[in-house]
Amino acid sequence: MAEISWPWQYNFPPFFTIQPHSETRSKQLEAWQQLISEYLKVTKQSTVDIRETQNSPLFNNASINRKLSSESLLTILEDMAKAGKAAPVDKSKNVWEVYWHSLDEWGNMIYSWASCNGLNNSVCTLFELREGDNTVGEEFHGLDMNILVKALKTLEVKGKCELMEFDESQGVKFF
Amino acid sequence: MDRFEYIEARLFEGENYLKRDKNVKIYDGDDKTQFVDGEVVLTTHRILWGKPGDIPKGLVCLSLHLYYIFCMEEESGGMFGLGGPKRIILHLGPTIPGKRPGPAVVSPYHFIKFSFKDGIDNAFYKALSEAVAAKAWERTQQLSTSSNLPASNSTPKPSVTPINSKIRSGIVGIERSIEEQHRATDQSISVAFQDLKKLMEKAKEMVTVSKTISSKIREKQGDISEDDTVRFKSYLMSLGIDDPVTRDTFRSDSDYYMGLAQQISDMMVAVLIDCGGIMSLADVWCRVNRARGLELISPEDLLNACKLLQNVDSPMSLRKFPSGACVLQLNSNRDEEIAKATSQLLEENGFLTPVKLSQIANVSVLLARERLFTTESLGLACRDESIEGLAFYPNMFLTKA
Repeated sequence: MAEISWPWQYNFPPFFTIQPHSETRSKQLEAWQQLISEYLKVTKQSTVDIRETQNSPLFNNASINRKLSSESLLTILEDMAKAGKAAPVDKSKNVWEVYWHSLDEWGNMIYSWASCNGLNNSVCTLFELREGDNTVGEEFHGLDMNILVKALKTLEVKGKCELMEFDESQGVKFF
Repeated sequence: MDRFEYIEARLFEGENYLKRDKNVKIYDGDDKTQFVDGEVVLTTHRILWGKPGDIPKGLVCLSLHLYYIFCMEEESGGMFGLGGPKRIILHLGPTIPGKRPGPAVVSPYHFIKFSFKDGIDNAFYKALSEAVAAKAWERTQQLSTSSNLPASNSTPKPSVTPINSKIRSGIVGIERSIEEQHRATDQSISVAFQDLKKLMEKAKEMVTVSKTISSKIREKQGDISEDDTVRFKSYLMSLGIDDPVTRDTFRSDSDYYMGLAQQISDMMVAVLIDCGGIMSLADVWCRVNRARGLELISPEDLLNACKLLQNVDSPMSLRKFPSGACVLQLNSNRDEEIAKATSQLLEENGFLTPVKLSQIANVSVLLARERLFTTESLGLACRDESIEGLAFYPNMFLTKA
């Protein structure tokens, strides 16, 4: 796992308490947003479970003995959702998907890779995209399946690809 | 006929006149009696029969207590029921011992009839049946025996009809009507004070009553002495009813509070300057009472007086923080300065808890908390809540990056 460089806020105890003062709060939430996105990118994860705040070093800084409570994390995630950077997976709001790139950005990234590799007008399985040798260097390598599908759907809307299913796996055709 | 009594035509205490009628004959059962061509007067407790003019003069007449009546009906007179009902039949219960002597000692009949030559007045019949149902005699008994009117008293309060003083004319009549009014006031007061809810309803009446009484005293009329007035007023004040319509227990131009505010202001200026310009109200109360020595004031008095500090041009004022704490603050004392001073302390100490700040700044913990909150609300501090408690740090979110 790549090393993450913690920002100064991480070691600042008030960072783990949602501030009542509005100006301070907006700065704080911004910092959290960046930190979460950065962390998930580095650890190649896309989802956050708010019930697991104890376990992740992201939300639990043992060195200063502070951790983020579930309610605080929910506040942060809801704020991120307003900016389109996160979305709850289900109504219970326990698990959230975090888009450190937006879905559009993912879509474009995949499409440009497809074009560079001459895959226009040809079919490719999602497995290949995610875990194929060809994509090892790409950011979307190992991307969460749900997000991958959503990203491809945005491309579909733009008419740049088409999702299809055959046998037991899903595939995509790029135009 | 044996339930009647001979008695002078005067109303008892609590008894009220209801209706009258004339040209009335009494039948004992089905037999005629000597009691013909008389007047009847209906009260809340009895029905009186007398020769015309006797009852208004207060002379002896026949009286039948309404509690004997357990049933009444109408009967038409005449042979063929012509001309509508003319008689009221009253079915009576047995004689109650201790009854005054009446026209008959025993009677074979258990009912009597009142025959109205001019026909039965519907209003009279209705009034009689209501009076019998209302059982006013029971109510007066309960009122006199216990001071607590039981809530389970199911009989509705009969509406007190205004006394028709036409029944007595002359000075006696006027005096009697005044007496009746006094009795009604009395009753009203006792009803009002029996139940707090009723008191609230009656409060407005009480205020008018008290005003009339106090105006009477001023004009040196009536039979209430000066002491009683003062006592009466103090009772009302202690109940909190000064002007209950506005529900303010304290009028803003009350002299006492103004004087008190002035005194507090003079006293506290030096003290406030000494301890940094701000002091919690509890501390103020202690200091004020200690200074007064003998005539101590209650916390409510202090609070009300402090609300008036603006009115006496005081250099200090009452301030209530969003967290609910009340303090007395010098007007020269500004939030920004406090916040700056506190944030200075925060920088020096890295972080502060209310307890630590109270030690450093030599103020109470309550005030130290308020200082930190003020500093936070101005953006110069940020909070850290954890199981270790509440602490404040310099607001690096805004200063850094």
